[in-house]
Amino acid sequence: MTAADLVAGVIVIGMTLYAWSGIADFGAGFWDLIAGGKAHGLRARALIDEVITPVWEANHVWLIYILVVTWTAFGGAFGSIMTALFVPLALAAVGIVFRGANFALRKDAARSGARQWSGWLFGIGAIMTPFFLGTSVGAILSGRVPPNGVGNPVNAWVNAVSITVGLLTVALGAFVSAAYLVVECARRGVPELREYFRIRALIAGIAALLCGVAVAIALRVQERSMFNRLTSRSIPLIVLGVLALGAAFVMSGRGVARGLRVVAAVGVAALVWAWAIAQYPYLLPFRLTIADGAGSSTSMKWLLGWFIVALVTVIPMLIVLYTLDQRGHLGEDPMTSVRDVGADASAGRRT
Amino acid sequence: MTTTWVALASGPVQLTPARSQMGFTLAFHILLVPLGVALPTLMLIANYKGLRHGDAAALSLARRWSHAAGLTFAVGAVTGTVLSFEFGLLWPGFTKTFGDVFGLPFAIEGIAFFLEALLVAIYIYGWRRMKPWTHFWFGFPIPFVAIIGALSIISVNSWMNAPAGFTLDLNGKPTKVNPFNVIFNKALPWELSHFLIAAYMAATFTVASVYVVGWLRGRRDRYHKLGILIPFTIGAILAPIQVTVGDQIARWVYQNQPAKFAAMEVVTKSGTHQPEYLFGRYDPATNTVSGGIKIPGLDSWLAGGSTNTNVTGLASIPPQNRASNVTLTHFAFDIMVLIGTLLVLLALYYAVAYWRRRDVPHGRIFLWVAAAAGVVSYIAIEAGWITTEVGRQPWIVWNIARTSGAVTTAHSVTVTMIVIYVLYAFLGVATIAVLRAMATRWRLKPVIDDDTAPYGPRPDAVGAVESEVDADDGSGAETGAGARSGRRTP
Ligand code: HDD
Ligand code: HEM
Ligand code: HEM
Repeated sequence: MTAADLVAGVIVIGMTLYAWSGIADFGAGFWDLIAGGKAHGLRARALIDEVITPVWEANHVWLIYILVVTWTAFGGAFGSIMTALFVPLALAAVGIVFRGANFALRKDAARSGARQWSGWLFGIGAIMTPFFLGTSVGAILSGRVPPNGVGNPVNAWVNAVSITVGLLTVALGAFVSAAYLVVECARRGVPELREYFRIRALIAGIAALLCGVAVAIALRVQERSMFNRLTSRSIPLIVLGVLALGAAFVMSGRGVARGLRVVAAVGVAALVWAWAIAQYPYLLPFRLTIADGAGSSTSMKWLLGWFIVALVTVIPMLIVLYTLDQRGHLGEDPMTSVRDVGADASAGRRT
Repeated sequence: MTTTWVALASGPVQLTPARSQMGFTLAFHILLVPLGVALPTLMLIANYKGLRHGDAAALSLARRWSHAAGLTFAVGAVTGTVLSFEFGLLWPGFTKTFGDVFGLPFAIEGIAFFLEALLVAIYIYGWRRMKPWTHFWFGFPIPFVAIIGALSIISVNSWMNAPAGFTLDLNGKPTKVNPFNVIFNKALPWELSHFLIAAYMAATFTVASVYVVGWLRGRRDRYHKLGILIPFTIGAILAPIQVTVGDQIARWVYQNQPAKFAAMEVVTKSGTHQPEYLFGRYDPATNTVSGGIKIPGLDSWLAGGSTNTNVTGLASIPPQNRASNVTLTHFAFDIMVLIGTLLVLLALYYAVAYWRRRDVPHGRIFLWVAAAAGVVSYIAIEAGWITTEVGRQPWIVWNIARTSGAVTTAHSVTVTMIVIYVLYAFLGVATIAVLRAMATRWRLKPVIDDDTAPYGPRPDAVGAVESEVDADDGSGAETGAGARSGRRTP
């Protein structure tokens, strides 16, 4: 294990955390989008809002962390990825603006029309961002990002592997968030919504399964060598991921809340790591390795050092925040927040 | 002007839209930054005052300022993320070659913002139920964490102006990276102090101006008085310091970036006894200045303390190394200095008036000017950044790497530029609309009275949530909201 390998590991840890939290937020945005008309979708939306508003910013910082660490550690590969995948990554960023604008502004928007609008933005962002981030992962994994030069700006991401991975990301996000929401309903004692999200978790789970099969077929046909790596050295993780997600599927189908979140998270993490391990030691398969793409060794040690600082500062603070929240010390300040505007107002109440 | 743009157009086609997009998104992000950096300090001062003296008006201010800070922090997170993407999307050549150098400070930034986000969340949502001083102490680190965040980002920019902490190998790749020298480069102390002061000035004058407007409309209560006095006093103390620091930076630029200094001050030919031009347009074709006010010898004097100081002129700089837009750099610099000077005068007036009456100064003219001070400081910030960034051209890393060599080769930059302009226009309008809606809502009830006093009893949170969601049966939702947001009595 070189320092560069460890930094690559840190990036995958960041991706795992982002997949658990960020992509799941986007999944919730998807449910928000299709929750139905104003009155009809009110309760589902209120729950989604209430669950996500306090945490979306923290969930989102992982993405920034991934970007910063990648360009510092592997500046060359970062530049190549951003050039070859300019279109999908720019679209992912646009989706992030949509979602962030929604969270920043919806809570305090004075008119309900404006809140309706911003819910739409959230929903569109919720499809765009995971889709295009997934597409980009698909492009990297199928070796379509050349270490030098531009590559083909369209073929790089408009191909079966990229598109199916994009769809898989959307579907997985929708599934995981529906599962998380089932748990939230149990915790908050709202049985009708629990049923509502239970059904959605089942539909999304089936969709995710179909997408996963599609990814496998596309890889098998188009990217034989990557397919072989995924089905040989990564196979334990693939199996673990499929089993865990399958268990999560069954559990949400039965409405079992206990342990559901953990099982779903294990499934997602296993898939992320299966990809990372299949790709190792390549940054850009099969042309640029971690060792060749790494920046100066001082910078690697520096990044690792600050990762440790992050662990010892951020994690305790996260625990404090979580504990204060669980003990009910936190809540929306009624005198500064909107109080007469319908269900959405309750959104940010609990942190 | 025409020739500069021709010169620009002769670079890669992506260069102009990429620079325009980068500049625009940075200029937008920087609007939110002063509030993120300085508003927490204001709210903590008001919080402290409120707790110490049992001052309900001060506590109301603190609660509202923290709420506004939450909003601007969130919008800052969105626009900051776009910036992070842009480093790769627009300037892959920059990250490819220098990523492992200028990325070093950014590794700290991530942690600082994470901590800030967590502490801000605790503070904003802790008003109702935490113990008063516990709540205060959770807020206490926020300004310091914000300063660390600003340090790491400003460090990147000052490194671009004063590259250090590495050596270039034969392939032009940096080696022998030294993180300490990268972060604490020579330009950092100046840029950081000047920027932090600027951020505090912009935030304090902006907050004060909100209450000055109320004051002008006749709302002359203690709440408005504090809303003016706390922030305005801080801004007034900082204004003269800022001019001194700015003067030092200008001299630093004169010594270290002569090409930038020549552009800032439109120095045409090298020599002593350089005149100072207040405004005036530069014509690159003839290397002359037209219009503006000319003060003989002043520029040399400002640069080196004597009219005999020799200053490099644009004629001595190879055309390909001159700032791409001299007139813009010069105008931006002059606008900043003009505003800095005016704000000092305003601060002096305030100091004298306050010293005599211990109250918000009476003069209507003062009040009108004070109402504009927030916007005007923001203009100075934008102008200062235009001076720094446009004046740095054509270099992305001063004297080492050219912007034209860093720009992306992807084809769609013009499209993203347009999309971003449209999105940000929407985001800007929406943010202002929401802030205004907040202000209107609060105006109905300037001081938060006893029955909603902060730090009230703590209801059982889980029970509260359950009953809230239960109460939330579609039709009843509109009326249920007030109760659900934590208060049971109307
Ligand atoms: C409230 C805002 C504000 C005010 C009143 C001033 N400045 Fe400023 N100035 C900034 C806000 C600012 C800034 C936006 O914060 C900059 C941009 C980069 C930086 O570090 O600070 C800046 C940059 C900047 C630079 C460019 C540094 C570089 O290119 O590296 C110079 C030479 C000055 N300033 C000089 C002055 C002088 C002589 C002032 C007063 C007479 C002055 N500034 C007032
Ligand atoms: C502190 C960190 C900052 C970094 C790392 C940074 C970096 C950059 C980069 C990479 C570019 C594109 C290349 C170039 O044209 O030089 C750029 C351009 C620009 N930046 Fe900065 N910038 C920073 C701060 C700011 C801020 C806060 C502002 C404005 C408020 C700003 C205003 C601009 C402008 C106007 C341009 C376009 C330059 C031109 O068109 O000539 N920058 N900056
Ligand atoms: C002068 C330059 C800058 C300063 C002082 C600054 C400061 C800040 C501050 C205080 C925030 C927190 C949000 C807020 O309070 O509004 C923020 C957010 C952010 N900024 Fe900037 N910024 C600057 C320029 C940049 C640049 C050039 C980048 C590009 C990489 C950047 C990236 C970010 C990111 C990623 C966030 C979001 C962090 C979060 O989610 O909490 N900033 N910035």
